[in-house]
Amino acid sequence: MSTNKWKNYINPVVRDIPPSGIRRFFDLAAEMEGIISLGVGEPDFVTPWHIREACIYSLHKGSTTYTSNHGLLELREEIANYLSGQGVRYDPRKELLVTVGVSEALDLALRTVVSPGDEVIIPTPCYVSYIPCTTLAGGVPVTVATSMEDRFRLTADKLEAVITPKSKVLLLCFPNNPTGAVMDRESLLQIAEVVQKHDLLVISDEIYDRLTYTGEHTCFASLPGMWERTIVLNGFSKAYAMTGWRLGYAAAHEDFIAAMTKIHQYTMLCAPITAQVSALEALRNGKSAMESMVAHYNRRRRLVLQGFKEIGLPCFEPGGAFYAFPYIGDTGLTAAEFAENLLLEEKVAVIPGDVFGPGGEDCIRCSYASSVEDLTEAIKRMGRFIKTRGLDKVKRIYA
Amino acid sequence: MLEILELLQNNSRLTAKQIATMTGREEEEVRQVIERLEADKTIIKYFTLINWEKAGVEKVSALIEVKMSPQRDVGFDAVAERIYRFPEVKSVHLMSGAYDLAVFVEGATMKEVALFVATKLATIENVLSTATHFVLKTYKQDGFIFEDCETDKRLVITP
Repeated sequence: MSTNKWKNYINPVVRDIPPSGIRRFFDLAAEMEGIISLGVGEPDFVTPWHIREACIYSLHKGSTTYTSNHGLLELREEIANYLSGQGVRYDPRKELLVTVGVSEALDLALRTVVSPGDEVIIPTPCYVSYIPCTTLAGGVPVTVATSMEDRFRLTADKLEAVITPKSKVLLLCFPNNPTGAVMDRESLLQIAEVVQKHDLLVISDEIYDRLTYTGEHTCFASLPGMWERTIVLNGFSKAYAMTGWRLGYAAAHEDFIAAMTKIHQYTMLCAPITAQVSALEALRNGKSAMESMVAHYNRRRRLVLQGFKEIGLPCFEPGGAFYAFPYIGDTGLTAAEFAENLLLEEKVAVIPGDVFGPGGEDCIRCSYASSVEDLTEAIKRMGRFIKTRGLDKVKRIYA
Repeated sequence: MLEILELLQNNSRLTAKQIATMTGREEEEVRQVIERLEADKTIIKYFTLINWEKAGVEKVSALIEVKMSPQRDVGFDAVAERIYRFPEVKSVHLMSGAYDLAVFVEGATMKEVALFVATKLATIENVLSTATHFVLKTYKQDGFIFEDCETDKRLVITP
């Protein structure tokens, strides 16, 4: 039977979602050996040993059951405690939900608040799942391209310009993947004003909150009037190097959490207990290990910025996450061409900025979650690439 | 200053320029700080951690527990000095607990180490007794794991 027939059985909404732009690039890079990858969106550290050890101990004790749908109460209490340090108070019994990564929390939040046709405003460049998850939830993604001139921050003007009567949700992510941009309290207050004026909800993905190097992170829900209309998403992947554990959480008004929990209980039941126990250890005793990792990222951030400067690649100073987003427009190559040729010629993997949506076309995402040695070598090779290649040598892989 | 020391302890081959970049300081400032730390012996020595076994060199090292009687005015220091001056002795620590000095000795063979202990250490005045424990395998030293199987297991590209 022809495979084409079965394509017709697929829900058109799913069928029409384009495959991730990152995927094609991954296939290309995965075949090559000896590459230095600055294309990895996760810490290069292994989860600190005390967290892994606590996990092993929990398995010895036989902690292998389901937990409450909301997650272990002890863990929710620690999360509430952590968030109170950011000036936001949540009742661990009603206003917190432990999820399988921020990815699940984002899906739950969107499905909970988006009705068919509602517009979700998404500043771009953004994490690759925001747009498809909005579509899957029945919403209409409306992108707002941020720019290097604005240091990839969302401005109130740009936000105001895309608001329509159908606008329902603003989806924020600062510190940002892929740009590394942060928004200070002042800029966020201007956004909050627009949010209030147009009665929007905010889903704020703050997974990189601890990885803030310039100033203090501001939790969006801590701004005046924003607590009630904000669903804060966060997790353990980045700060504690726990990506593979898949553990995140949502914090919001109990009405939102109760609704999200309905979806969660029928689709996920609960987050894995092993990961929850480990996250509890991370929050209780992980501060010094986390701070040490953050200090490492910050040093590498400076190293990479200086490196780009020396090889002539303009880059705005990213204040958070572990990404730099240099501008490659002056090379005469598109981001995809730059990334592909850099990979083929110098064996350095970076991600073309356009896969993260409008605004990223002339940039590449470089993760500095790599060793100092690898970063130094990668920048050296990038410098050689920029200096020596002639434009006639462009080998286009994307048609 | 502490951050500079921390970076150098981890990798003494970092240049002043690299350290300056990573810590957000001026290169000249870092250079001066390092020079000062070297001059006042805060930085004692730059050395390389080597897995000699991998280099095909058989070395025998042993922990010697030394019990001794302290001396008037100088306590344990004078005896400790008589011990740590031997080039065979790699490190010496004054300990709390059941014995007084933890002495690490290195030699080419077990016999050589044992003889050194018997003829040089045990015979020192005020040394009451010694107990020799040979090192069979080094897993971790100075914060570094020798055969670390935790390589980078991440996928090449992830969002």
